[in-house]
Amino acid sequence: MTPMDDSVRTQAFEARIARGETIEPKDWMPERYRKQLVRMMSQHAHSEVVGMLPEGNWITRAPSLRRKISLLAKVQDEAGHGLYIYCGTETLGVERDELIGQLLAGTAKYSSIFNYPTLTWADMGAIGWLVDGAAIVNQTALAKASYGPYARAMIRICKEENFHKRQGYEIMATLAAGTPAQKAMAQDALNRWWWPSLMMFGPSDKDSPNSAELLTRKVKRERNDELRQRFINLTIPQAELIGLTMPDPALRHDAESGDWITGPIDWAEFQQVISGNGPMNRERLAARNKAHDEGAWVREAAEAYAAKHAAKGQEAA
Amino acid sequence: MKLWEVFTQAGHGAPHEHAGSVHAPDAELALQNARDVYARRGEAVNIWVVPSEAITASSPEDAGPFFDPGNDKPYRHPQFYKVPRGTKE
Repeated sequence: MTPMDDSVRTQAFEARIARGETIEPKDWMPERYRKQLVRMMSQHAHSEVVGMLPEGNWITRAPSLRRKISLLAKVQDEAGHGLYIYCGTETLGVERDELIGQLLAGTAKYSSIFNYPTLTWADMGAIGWLVDGAAIVNQTALAKASYGPYARAMIRICKEENFHKRQGYEIMATLAAGTPAQKAMAQDALNRWWWPSLMMFGPSDKDSPNSAELLTRKVKRERNDELRQRFINLTIPQAELIGLTMPDPALRHDAESGDWITGPIDWAEFQQVISGNGPMNRERLAARNKAHDEGAWVREAAEAYAAKHAAKGQEAA
Repeated sequence: MKLWEVFTQAGHGAPHEHAGSVHAPDAELALQNARDVYARRGEAVNIWVVPSEAITASSPEDAGPFFDPGNDKPYRHPQFYKVPRGTKE
């Protein structure tokens, strides 16, 4: 292909994006678009997979059978969400093994939120309510992404995520209406998870290296700050309703815009966590590697079984 | 591990629709994985799994000429035909 052809094709591609068309796997796309998609989608898939770990370690300590089956189902959903998105990346010509290898080796990024510890049962409430709540806001926008397989994976995920949020909020509401100690536990969890959940939307667009390009190509449909504001406006009344307060003395309601305005977000903390120095980065990677290694015999047995059956089939024929 | 495309049927009488893909060493496990990944909430009454490599798809770049034979035949639509005013259908 000559450079001339490529620039003509890029123009046609940009025109399709501008018309709001959906790009499908076999369509021609600029290499840069493909690369950005692989980066963003694989980070998203990794986040779903690592996201199982903070909650997974509370399954055996759930306070009732009802809570336990809910948490099990939620964690299983996160595994499914990871697979939906990995399946999307494979339509871009990437091998899933390669991406999983990067995650296990520690060279891939995933959402900074999962590098915080889950110290009490109330953290299961805070994660469902805040982390999944933030994810819903983010993913609802991504369901309109220009790349078809990504958008379709998001639609599937959003349908399931509402249960995650509600089970979390129910845990928080129950604790907040409980004994003073239970309410204090809920407030403590909110105090620890509120700021990291606001960081989930990424830095302000003016400081986000990839934001402008992703917006132009309609992979992202809304700015980080807009999505964050929507989440803040949704969540603060929910906290009020159950009698919890945000750990933000500067928080105020702006009557003119109707927005809740938070104090400044500590982006230095975000940078620390995203570059591997969060409280749980090493432990999460170690746990993920351990799970992968301990599952090796299952994958090997499945391969051996399939090979044996294939051989038997040939004998019979 | 082999890649399989998954098609789920949402209800009896509904068509099978592409849901996504799974990895599995054989068809039997592909079906079980497909159920666990794409039908955790009763989304399907039936599942097909097909080795991805067995699917031949038309090329988007040739979509124009490829579908052209069907695009210029208005006489295949009922609106092409005039019927007397007042006809009840």
